[in-house]
Amino acid sequence: MLEVSGATKSFGGFVAVSNVNLSVAEGETHAVIGPNGAGKTTLFNLVSGLLTPDSGSVVFRGKPLKKMQPHEIVKIGMARSFQRVNIFPRKSVFDNVQVALIASRGLNFNPFRQASGLFRDETIALLDLVEMADDADRRAGELAHGRQKQLELAVALAADPKLLLLDEPTAGMSLGETRAAIKLINDIVSKRGLTLLFTEHDMNVVFEIASRISVLHHGEIIASGEPQAVRDNDEVKRIYLGKE
Amino acid sequence: MATRGQTIFLILLFVALALVPLAGERYPLELAVQLMIFGLFAMSLNVLIGHVGSISFGHAAFFAIGGYACAYFQTRLGWPIFVSMPAAIGLTAVCALIIGYFCVRLTELYFAILTLAFSMLVWAVAFKWTEVTGGGDGFVGITAPDFMSNPVLFFWFTFAIVAVSVGLLWLLSNSTMGKTFIAIRENPTRADFLGVNVRRMRLIAFVIAGAFAGIAGALLSFYVRGMFPESAFWTQSGQVMIMVLLGGMHSFVGPILGAVVIYVLETFISQYTQYWPIVLGTILLLIVMFAPDGLIGMFRSIGRRMSMRGRRNA
Repeated sequence: MLEVSGATKSFGGFVAVSNVNLSVAEGETHAVIGPNGAGKTTLFNLVSGLLTPDSGSVVFRGKPLKKMQPHEIVKIGMARSFQRVNIFPRKSVFDNVQVALIASRGLNFNPFRQASGLFRDETIALLDLVEMADDADRRAGELAHGRQKQLELAVALAADPKLLLLDEPTAGMSLGETRAAIKLINDIVSKRGLTLLFTEHDMNVVFEIASRISVLHHGEIIASGEPQAVRDNDEVKRIYLGKE
Repeated sequence: MATRGQTIFLILLFVALALVPLAGERYPLELAVQLMIFGLFAMSLNVLIGHVGSISFGHAAFFAIGGYACAYFQTRLGWPIFVSMPAAIGLTAVCALIIGYFCVRLTELYFAILTLAFSMLVWAVAFKWTEVTGGGDGFVGITAPDFMSNPVLFFWFTFAIVAVSVGLLWLLSNSTMGKTFIAIRENPTRADFLGVNVRRMRLIAFVIAGAFAGIAGALLSFYVRGMFPESAFWTQSGQVMIMVLLGGMHSFVGPILGAVVIYVLETFISQYTQYWPIVLGTILLLIVMFAPDGLIGMFRSIGRRMSMRGRRNA
């Protein structure tokens, strides 16, 4: 479904992602792990079209993404969340999801279709999915950080993606919140038959839900495979898991 | 954006306007016509500032293009009004499409500066292209339909066009397109990742804003029986922006309110002193420092404070 080949991206003299090959098959729950600064977010930005690789290519569902803008990539079935929550903080929880549905149905070009009450059922259903229907009328920016992350998940799901990219979906959450959020994500992914590519720093979580793991270190993939194989990889043990 | 309270305010405003002819005097009619024209002009700019969040500093360009085009079509080509006015609006929209195509490639300050540059270009053309625009003396003596010499009929003509325009803008503001515009204003990156072509949406907003400014300009050309290069000058763009800021850019009716206050103040203060720009500057200073959400924002916070006090006393 997603094929990253030889992707390299540098900022000034700093090589953030170097010759990365990554392949995500349909139905996979694929984790990218690595220490802070390993290049995980840069890799996600390359895949989702926020950045263009200096060399190498990204192919999604058979289409090379080289010249595509993020909004075009969303339209062919990829949605993402950000490490730092990226929602509409001054709008209500309901409006956040509703406008995402408006965009996904292409109604953003319609100046006459009145938005009031539009997609109410679908919006509430999506909020239900992330257990937030009770917060529908609250301002998104007032919510606790963990709830905002959950809202961003609902916003991403509104685009009806085939591939979901979650950049540190549990960043800044307590241990309990992390457990709950991961369970929720896992449920949604299996219920909707999504392919998931995510980054995560909590190793227990990663090994619990990932069907494949790629380890990024100094911008390079040093191991990629089944969780057990990655866990047993000597290089991974030495530079990453050894710290735990 | 247009809350129920604001919609009611709008309806009351138009009802009040409809009563103006009953006064039977010329001055209130003329003032009302001017207020409607500048209110529409300010509302058109708010499609950019308040909805997609693009601060244009050259909006007067489209006001002027609409006015000059209408004057030219009426007078030099002798077209009837039901042809000349739509044609003028269409031409303004096309100009907005061309200018906007370049402007929406930039954002924030760079966008503002480029819109300013284009508007000064339009001003220079209006100033120099004497055969078409009348140059520095302006386009004087427009051929207007006979009914316009009757102030009451001209009032109703303006009223009808402004009411329909405001109605269309209201529909836009509450539409799925309007909601998408606001999403772009609030967070363009997120909007992009919802699958929205942000640049194209900004261009659409630019064209809509330009077209409605063109309508206001065409009405002005009939009202003053001509068009003058000052209407494209940057001070005109600045004034309409101050109207939007004063009224409140994140509300639907704010710009009308701002236009009314600025216009009435200008009219009255200019009778006593030539230092109106000092007053205008002071107003701008006060808004920026104390009322960033404009008059509407001020009313809202006063309303909130009063309801809180009411609850405490109860």
